[in-house]
Amino acid sequence: MTAASHTTIARRRRRELIAGAIVLAVLALLPLAVHDTYSRNLIIITLLFAGFAQAWNVLGGYCGQISLGHALYVGVGAYVSTMLLVRGGVPPTLGMFAGGAVAGLLALLVGWPCFRLSGHYYAIATVVVGEIGYQLFLNWDWISAAEGINIPYVRAIGDSWLWLQFRIDKLPFHILALTFLTATFLTAWWVEGSRWGFSWRAVKDDPIAARSLGVRVFRSKMAAAAISGGLTGIGGAIYAQYVGYIDPESVMNGQLSILIALPAVLGGVGTLWGPLVGAAVLIPLSELSRSYLGGSGRGTDLMIYGALIVGVALLRPQGLASLLGIRVRAPRDVAGDVAESPRAA
Amino acid sequence: MLLEVDRVSKSFGGVAANVDISFDVQQGEILGLIGPNGAGKTSLFNSIAGQVTPDRGEIRLDGARISGLGPVACVEAGIARTFQVVRSFDSMTVLENVIVGAFARARGARAATETALEVLDFTGLAARADAPAIGLTPSEKRRLEIARALATKPHLLLLDEMLTGLTPTEAQAGMQLVRDVRTRGVAIIMVEHVMEVLLPLIDRAVVLDLGRVLTQGHPADVVRDPAVIRAYLGDRYAPAA
Amino acid sequence: MTAAVIVQAAASGLLMGLIYALVAAGLSLIFGLMDVVNFAHGELLMLAMFAAFLIWQATGLDPLLQLPLVALLLFGLGVAIYRLLIVRALSVPFNRGMVQIFVTFGLAIFIRGAAQFAFGGEYQSISQSLLANRTADIAGIYLPLPQVASGVVCLLAFTALLAISRTEFGRALEATREDRDAVALIGIDRDRIFGLGWGLGAATVGVAGTMLATFYYVSPNVGANFALIAYVTVALGGFGSLTGALVAGILIGETESFTALLISPALKQVGMFAIYMLVLMVRPRGLFGRL
Repeated sequence: MTAASHTTIARRRRRELIAGAIVLAVLALLPLAVHDTYSRNLIIITLLFAGFAQAWNVLGGYCGQISLGHALYVGVGAYVSTMLLVRGGVPPTLGMFAGGAVAGLLALLVGWPCFRLSGHYYAIATVVVGEIGYQLFLNWDWISAAEGINIPYVRAIGDSWLWLQFRIDKLPFHILALTFLTATFLTAWWVEGSRWGFSWRAVKDDPIAARSLGVRVFRSKMAAAAISGGLTGIGGAIYAQYVGYIDPESVMNGQLSILIALPAVLGGVGTLWGPLVGAAVLIPLSELSRSYLGGSGRGTDLMIYGALIVGVALLRPQGLASLLGIRVRAPRDVAGDVAESPRAA
Repeated sequence: MLLEVDRVSKSFGGVAANVDISFDVQQGEILGLIGPNGAGKTSLFNSIAGQVTPDRGEIRLDGARISGLGPVACVEAGIARTFQVVRSFDSMTVLENVIVGAFARARGARAATETALEVLDFTGLAARADAPAIGLTPSEKRRLEIARALATKPHLLLLDEMLTGLTPTEAQAGMQLVRDVRTRGVAIIMVEHVMEVLLPLIDRAVVLDLGRVLTQGHPADVVRDPAVIRAYLGDRYAPAA
Repeated sequence: MTAAVIVQAAASGLLMGLIYALVAAGLSLIFGLMDVVNFAHGELLMLAMFAAFLIWQATGLDPLLQLPLVALLLFGLGVAIYRLLIVRALSVPFNRGMVQIFVTFGLAIFIRGAAQFAFGGEYQSISQSLLANRTADIAGIYLPLPQVASGVVCLLAFTALLAISRTEFGRALEATREDRDAVALIGIDRDRIFGLGWGLGAATVGVAGTMLATFYYVSPNVGANFALIAYVTVALGGFGSLTGALVAGILIGETESFTALLISPALKQVGMFAIYMLVLMVRPRGLFGRL
């Protein structure tokens, strides 16, 4: 073992992996304790969104570029995978990676003009771009526009891992969602200790000093976009297979963007556990308020999110994860210094 | 010849900061850049380190032009700099700060950490590796600046007022560090105000005044040059020419 | 495509554009003052529209006459938002940029949810008013009177804003915008100015919302789309510039109108989005923005 593996940093990172493995094991065994369909469904959705939140966090938290239009990548992943299945006969197990690749490329395309914008300007741009995507898809007949697509069962009978079709027992989706979450968690963990992770933190602290040490700011942001967009796209494909039906309203609209961005902010932006904690709180809350408050409760889920976000932002900007004693570095300004002009440093 | 500054001129909004500056730096040399306030030293540093592009003239490292290519290209070519007002990454520890620099050359996180640990050891900050950077004393912060810059494995290091404002003991330690850096084969350009500290350290001096090179040569000679004395102290103190 | 059709499109584009301009002016004002993008701006517009609708429903008072009332209500709301939330957001120990984004963003979500809860999702409209359902026929161009009135009111509002900028308050706003740290030295109470700035920004939206309610449907979800248009308009016109908001608003209104005509009504916003992307790439500070 070299000197590098004995550092405090290295030891902390090993502890994080071990903690992650424990949490993963618990989550994997959860279906043994929970049997009713509703709860199992809730868990699957929560796991998926925790994965989305982790992916978002790579760009929004670690890299500091707050994206409020991230549902675009969910939608692109979902549609690419579904169209490949429906028109090309490609199994979703492959299609999801195509979806991820296209989403990642799109994220690069979006990032290219937008990354020179700082803070709020970038956030606004993501909202606009998200809306552009939404409206284009809503009017695009080749992909069935607003009607949406019903995802068919390819195999006439029975289940299939290749085609990700499971008729009765939804447990495989639990495994799939958990795998997705694990992949995003590991990616976040890896990225934290990588060149990019260090670059992003340096740029957030002092962009001029960072450049003077050779940090390639733009390139590092593009890396964040590709990773974040790509992972989100893969998750989008999984989501599509799980729900069985996609349309722009359900996989690409502004509401979904909010649901993806909020968990990380709630739990602790730019931290490893923040998105998990945030999703664990937010997603059940959202599902439950929708189910129990039903028709007359319309809007209550929004009120809850809104209040939570304002509350956390003002009272505990480092996120709820810090309340659980999870060590949180005082993060430097995530969205960058409030700039006079649209141009970043 | 490691660095050639060739007739560099730079103006900011009508004010000429550097006018027709030319000098060289040799491998393994310690060069002192001296001059009164406003002489254009920092602006020259900014040109050499790539933060600023000269209006006229060229800067070459090992024969290849590096002026106008930006700070990142300069780091990759082998030039590193420190800042007058220390710019540490306050959300990180000392070790993490240096790792950022190490990534300029290192392939992966492990290699970067190895380089960083070695540099911390060299600059005497090993004991403070896990301390948050904001918690350092001023002289430790200066060391951190040097450590970060060294982690980029430069051929040329630009030190901007490294020794200003230190106690005599700290300054002595700082001077020793500079000498140690030279033994690693790194050439150094130092900007300093404190003459007693600088002159014994440097091999050669370049004196700037009002944006131009006033004279250059051996520190002992330069310091006795009446033009230099006049520039610093005014006409009253100049010896009869 | 006759000349009449083109002129018609241009006219309605202009009138809608003036509304966009006024909404953008409020956003630009707040931003120019304190570098805070008000992500709840669209929701404030929605609230103004509901205020106009509810007052009309309860008292029958014509929206035109309600203008001072709704403007005042929104003014108060703007000041309240500043004092209760924004002040705290500005003094958070770290992550300030992110906090500012999420405080107004969270507020927007909350307001939208509250409106959905209180009013339901139906689309309402002010069916009877002084000008409702009446059209002016000018040389073959049909201009619905409510829209014409809106246009006029918006122009008047802009002149009012211009007049305010010449007053001492307006100069204090400008000074605080130029150097918010130094103004304390000349006796300007920064907090008071910021609060009033928020109030003014909200009041402009109050005016725009009241006029909008005379010809546009009122619904809790209306805010999001107008907010988007406001962002695009301010990006084009330049953050912090009143002239920019006016010029850009009209440009965006025309773009929308002609895109609907030339491409398809369903895609009418694509044109303005294309402009937005172009501005981003070519001139990020907008037409009249300061770098």
